[in-house]
Amino acid sequence: MLSYILRRIVATLPVMAIVALFVFSLLYIAPGDPAVVIAGDQASPEDVERIRQSLGLDRPFLVQFGSWVWRILHGDLGTSIFTNLPVSAMIGQRLGPTLSLMIVTLLLTIVVAVPLGVVAAWKAGSLIDRVIMGFAVFGFSLPVFVVGYMLAYIFALELEWLPVQGYTPRAQGFWPWLENLILPAVALGCVYIALVARITRAAMLEVLQQDYIRTAKAKGLGQGGILFIHALKNAAVPIVTVIGIGIALLIGGAVVTESVFAIPGLGRLTIDAILRRDYPVIQGIVLLFSFVYVLVNLMIDVVYTLVDPRIRY
Amino acid sequence: MSEDLLRIDDLHVAFSTRRGTVEAVRGVTLTVKAGEMLGLVGESGSGKSVTGFATTRLLDAAGRVTGGKILFRGQDVTKLRGDDLRQLQGAAMSMIFQNPRAALNPIRAIGLQIADAILTHKRISKEAARAEALELLRAVQIRDPEARMNAYPHELSGGMCQRVMIAIAISCNPALLIADEPTTGLDVTTQKVVMDLLADIAAARGMATILITHDLGLAARYCRRIAVMERGRIVEEASPSILFSAPQHAYTRRLVAASPTATSRIEDLVTEEERERYATVVTKPRQERAHGTPPLLEVRKLAKRFDQGSAAVADFSMTMAGGESVGLVGESGSGKSTTSRMICRLIDPSEGDIVFDGQSIGHVAARDFHRSPLRKDIQMVFQDPNESLNPRFTAFDCIAHPLMRLDGMRAGEALRKRVEECAERVGLPLDLLPRFPHQLSGGQKARVGIARAIACRPRLLVLDEPTAALDVSVQAVVLQLLDRLRRENDIALLFVSHDLNVVRMLCDRTIVLRNGGIVEQGESRALFDNPKTDYTRKLVEAIPHIETGPTLAAAL
Repeated sequence: MLSYILRRIVATLPVMAIVALFVFSLLYIAPGDPAVVIAGDQASPEDVERIRQSLGLDRPFLVQFGSWVWRILHGDLGTSIFTNLPVSAMIGQRLGPTLSLMIVTLLLTIVVAVPLGVVAAWKAGSLIDRVIMGFAVFGFSLPVFVVGYMLAYIFALELEWLPVQGYTPRAQGFWPWLENLILPAVALGCVYIALVARITRAAMLEVLQQDYIRTAKAKGLGQGGILFIHALKNAAVPIVTVIGIGIALLIGGAVVTESVFAIPGLGRLTIDAILRRDYPVIQGIVLLFSFVYVLVNLMIDVVYTLVDPRIRY
Repeated sequence: MSEDLLRIDDLHVAFSTRRGTVEAVRGVTLTVKAGEMLGLVGESGSGKSVTGFATTRLLDAAGRVTGGKILFRGQDVTKLRGDDLRQLQGAAMSMIFQNPRAALNPIRAIGLQIADAILTHKRISKEAARAEALELLRAVQIRDPEARMNAYPHELSGGMCQRVMIAIAISCNPALLIADEPTTGLDVTTQKVVMDLLADIAAARGMATILITHDLGLAARYCRRIAVMERGRIVEEASPSILFSAPQHAYTRRLVAASPTATSRIEDLVTEEERERYATVVTKPRQERAHGTPPLLEVRKLAKRFDQGSAAVADFSMTMAGGESVGLVGESGSGKSTTSRMICRLIDPSEGDIVFDGQSIGHVAARDFHRSPLRKDIQMVFQDPNESLNPRFTAFDCIAHPLMRLDGMRAGEALRKRVEECAERVGLPLDLLPRFPHQLSGGQKARVGIARAIACRPRLLVLDEPTAALDVSVQAVVLQLLDRLRRENDIALLFVSHDLNVVRMLCDRTIVLRNGGIVEQGESRALFDNPKTDYTRKLVEAIPHIETGPTLAAAL
């Protein structure tokens, strides 16, 4: 098992290398001279030259890439052009809120979507099934920011149950932290819940037709035992896959959600960096997200082997 | 006489389908006494399994009991709800199924699966349930039961999986066990071991059993009373000896006539569809091959090793003449399918050579063989006509595809003619050609599979258990069809099967395989009548023959 994980980690190295190359090339893919791009519209030729020198843009591409990778491997993501702060420190500051939002959304999704999907499959064709699937279509169709503003209006402005926006660090207590995350997590989770519920239903429907479910019934097992012990675990592989893919969705959604609810997270940082053309920050964030995604994929593969003994490592 | 344990009274079961309601069971009445083993025999669609599922209350959501009663110990099973029902299922009444591997949860250790059944019905600790499960594994004679407790179904053979199913079914000492085709798909020796075990357990525990099967021979061997079902009704009920010596109902007569016995020949099998065409062909004398004709197929010292394992096949040599039929028999795991696939050039041999019509093809990589001009000459018919036809291809597409790929034909009039000619040769009505596999019966699908294989006029047809999934009457038709094609078109047949009765009828010669090596070979009839090795004898004896008279009564 351990050697399998190690092998998988080694296998992710080429992927990360390609991602790194792409991220680094971002600056060069943008039209024009990178130094001019970074310096902005009002910069004098001297400014441009200074930036070119300080960023080493006058050296050959591969040399630049090599030294960039070398610095990253030493934990140095470069310095923000706009704030002159180290990129790693800027990301570090913003990591907490985004991570909190994503974890709360993920938990919410699993707790809500999987049981919904199971019930829909169990009662397939019934009114409950149609209501759940109707909700799923609805959840799919509504953009995150629409749901976000609607929730904020109803639960924060009208009912005053929850704060409108903002973020409180975990260190200042569990409830204040969670209170601020509920509405964003629900808004962000809508699409995700709809997706996972649908997949759970489909996977469960397939499994419930298998012979071994009939065997479980023949043994006299109760409905709960059949659904959760025998069926759900067999349906787990596609469900886990979609939850994993959904994390990529969350990353994209977090950017929008953080703007709507004024959460000082990585999403906001990303938008700010893009608007300011702060390339070192953009590169750092994209690299981080890619790394997280590769890591999630690895975790999914490990979960497969835990769920299904037929998948060998 | 003891009170009836189970009394089914005028049972009707209907399924609601897209095309309306279909009556699967139409007025079945039967009784089972405590401790007796009743055979419920019929072909697919006869309603025998549906009767079983109605009794154990395991019908699909679409199925509904529309009339009649199922009285188990005087209680009407069809009216039970909730906890009363669950106390019945798996406890007083249990069921084992066809295809044991699919019937077990693939990702749950078998020890746990047995313990599940125990814990559902008994208030005991998990440890005690585990100990009981271990005891049950011993009872069903699984070797090394402690280690097997943690095994998963995919790590066990089909026979072992069925033993585990039996262990689950008997875990709460039921009074009635319904076995739905328990040994279909297992090879003959495994079938005998599993059925003997089931019979012993039933006898030792005084458990009544309903054996649902399409195999008359099997029912005759283990049951004193057999009920024959046709189209949702029981048409005849009698002891095996009476059933075989003097069948009353026309359907029973047909079924008995279509069942191969130890002495029957292909022409003896009574079929409706194929008989006439077959009769005209079989009477023509076969032309003798001129002396010195080189063999069509020569296999030299073939071996196959899968990664890091021991050899699946080793040192296999054989020759076949054009138009000859050779049987390849053995238990599962004997290497017969591996051998046939190497000869078909679907997998690569590790050693040895295959010479077809003077050309060495053993070294052409399997994945390149489709480009070889000889691909047309060696074709294959697969085991399960349901699984081996593309569900999105019509019968026409299935047959046309190899013609387009291998004969370079284009869509058009010529292709249509060729496909129709193939269909004609295998006796497939032309109006069925636009249909998709799910719209065809098992026998029709088998014909499509054969038509596809003969479309490019091959000289060697490799058949991997082509009748294993078919009803006896359909099997009889397919056998006559194959033998007719062989005689008409001089196609050599390499017939892989565990059904020795069938091999004996169809094949001139038989090769017996065990653990990847040839044990014995020779002229089929002589080989089976007079086996030289214990292994062949065991195989022959394991076939459930239809016997009548005192030998059977003595065996029981």
